[in-house]
Amino acid sequence: MSSNKIRWSSWLPLVPALALLAGILLVPLGKTFVRSVSNPDLTLANYEHLFTDGVTMTVLGRTALTAATVTIAALLLGYPYAYLMTRVSARTRGILLVVVLIPFWTSVMARNFAWIIILQDGGPVQSAFEAVGIDDVVLYGTTAGVTIAMTQVMLPFMVLPLFSTLGAIDRKLLLAARGLGSSPTAAFWKVFWPLSRGGVMAGVMLVFTLSLGFYVTPALLGSPQQSLVAQLLAQRTTLLLDFAAAGALGMVVLVITLVLVVWANRVGGTVSAIGVVATSQPKDR
Amino acid sequence: MTRQTTVEVTGSPRETKRGTEIRLEGVTKDYGLAAPAVDDISLTIEPGEFMTLLGPSGSGKTTTLNLIAGFETLTAGTISLDGADVSDVPPHRRNLGMLFQNYALFPHMTIAQNVAYPLRQRKVGKQEIARKVAEVLELVQLTGRDDTHPSKLSGGQQQRVALARAIVFEPKALLLDEPLGALDRNLRSALQTEIRRIHREVGSTFVFVTHDQEEAMNLADRIALFNNGRIEQVGTPQQLYAEPETLFTARFLGDSNVFELGQADLGGAVAWEGESWGVDPATVAAHPGVGKGSAIVVRPEDVEVAAGRDAVPVGANAVRAAVRDVEYMGSYRTLLLTIGDRGLFGRARVSALRGDYAIGDDVVVWWRPRAQRIVAA
Ligand SMILES: Nc1ncnc2c1ncn2[C@@H]1O[C@H](COP(=O)(O)OP(=O)(O)OP(=O)(O)O)[C@@H](O)[C@H]1O
Ligand SMILES: [Mg+2]
Repeated sequence: MSSNKIRWSSWLPLVPALALLAGILLVPLGKTFVRSVSNPDLTLANYEHLFTDGVTMTVLGRTALTAATVTIAALLLGYPYAYLMTRVSARTRGILLVVVLIPFWTSVMARNFAWIIILQDGGPVQSAFEAVGIDDVVLYGTTAGVTIAMTQVMLPFMVLPLFSTLGAIDRKLLLAARGLGSSPTAAFWKVFWPLSRGGVMAGVMLVFTLSLGFYVTPALLGSPQQSLVAQLLAQRTTLLLDFAAAGALGMVVLVITLVLVVWANRVGGTVSAIGVVATSQPKDR
Repeated sequence: MTRQTTVEVTGSPRETKRGTEIRLEGVTKDYGLAAPAVDDISLTIEPGEFMTLLGPSGSGKTTTLNLIAGFETLTAGTISLDGADVSDVPPHRRNLGMLFQNYALFPHMTIAQNVAYPLRQRKVGKQEIARKVAEVLELVQLTGRDDTHPSKLSGGQQQRVALARAIVFEPKALLLDEPLGALDRNLRSALQTEIRRIHREVGSTFVFVTHDQEEAMNLADRIALFNNGRIEQVGTPQQLYAEPETLFTARFLGDSNVFELGQADLGGAVAWEGESWGVDPATVAAHPGVGKGSAIVVRPEDVEVAAGRDAVPVGANAVRAAVRDVEYMGSYRTLLLTIGDRGLFGRARVSALRGDYAIGDDVVVWWRPRAQRIVAA
């Protein structure tokens, strides 16, 4: 009885947030869904089209591949970076944090135009490659260029959860592992890496799902022939005004994302949205 | 049944194995601060010995232990295990067990996996691992929790697991850095007993860091007393208590009445605030500094209290004092005293059967010259 009471009252503070979510997320989402399956009669035609029009699946595949590449690149760059952040003085850590946050503080447009200048034909990147004898490096207007720019934008979403996870790992555990017979490499793989997995999972999920929906960067840096899902969506809503088809596509992307999140929660154990795992301290301290 | 298995545990190959000798020669660690953290320490820890490194906070105990473990590099000096110089050997090849204050159990592994860790690193066979893990968990009295994760255990239980993990691979020696520091008093004393028992059964060399003199006295075969990165004195707990070489040692272990003499000729008698006191040559510390600046140390239990000078036996050293306070401790009571003209703080422990003393009483305190100790100040 009394436990029921506590449970109800403990939900109270959530009411405003839930009401807001219902109003601005669930209702429009429901409407989108309804429209995607009505013509106006109930139909799955919009969904069938996605699989048969010969474009959508290609674009979805390309988007997933790009998002995966960005995620892996961000992890490979972000993990050592976050590790370094946990090892340096507070001052240096502040500087490293600012460096990684700069993409957040620059306007999307400025950032993308900067990348255009850097990556364009005859730009500094191409010249640099030519200087060492590698010609024909075309990045502007390619998926590779888009991937590079997206990685830069996504890096903070990888570094921040990793930093909070790696920073919470008790360094004594590594000493303990060394004392118990592990080389530094073994100590890392047996102790540090497993304990950082929550942060890795959180970072990977954030970067991957955000990358799935990227619009401005592929629109500006990529080519229309190699568009990503967000561009397809925009095209169908703003140019073709085919809201039903766009809704169906949106639903598919949403389902993919949800499946991934559920899977990550299974694999990563206690992954919270920001990926803080506080498992490294004994309970009674 | 349980007895039977315990006997088997002690009968395992460990019993025949003796501990390792740990020798430190001129060991120095300088972090580039004002003074080296460890300053030219030489110490030989005998095979199978229970050595305690005792000293105040910041005196270099942990640094010394980390140097032995190999977690820190030496600035100067050498460390050898059984005569082999290991100064440049990385920690994972020194084969030493280590116990930390915060247990340092791997949170992502179960109890059994934690204990098996050092064996896995040594590529021990699966069955052998299972056997040894069960054996050592029984030794620390923690059976049946194999598949639990460390966070589900109490602090005392976690430290038992850590202990099991630290001895399961039969290390050359076990290094313990304030392993009981985070535990409450009762648990602490229970685990002290446990650690002594395990030391006896395993027969390996133990080096135990603590800043708690009582703990050191309880556990140690010998104590190395640290002060400012140097070893002040090494000896059995009894030696350090009864025959301190320096004022620091006398003050760190137990209560004492201290009479500073300054530069003194310790030949016959010494003077303190107008009193003339006899000196027993056997009580003068062998410390080279004694004489240049010395102090008389008398333990409270060696001090007698009399009503007046006429009650003091001939040949005793006496000084007048006033009773400042009385602490009742059951079978005895402790008089807190102000001694001499300048009101030096002192204490005397007297039997509860002896006469009553009230606060403010003027008394004379006395002791035999052989009960005092003259140390370097
Ligand atoms: N990594 C380090 N870098 C710089 N100075 C250090 C480092 N480790 C220890 N010190 C210094 O060395 C001195 C000895 O430290 P140590 O940890 O050995 O003391 P301790 O005797 O173990 O003290 P406690 O009882 O507080 O644990 C201290 O002054 C400490 O500040
Ligand atoms: Mg210490």
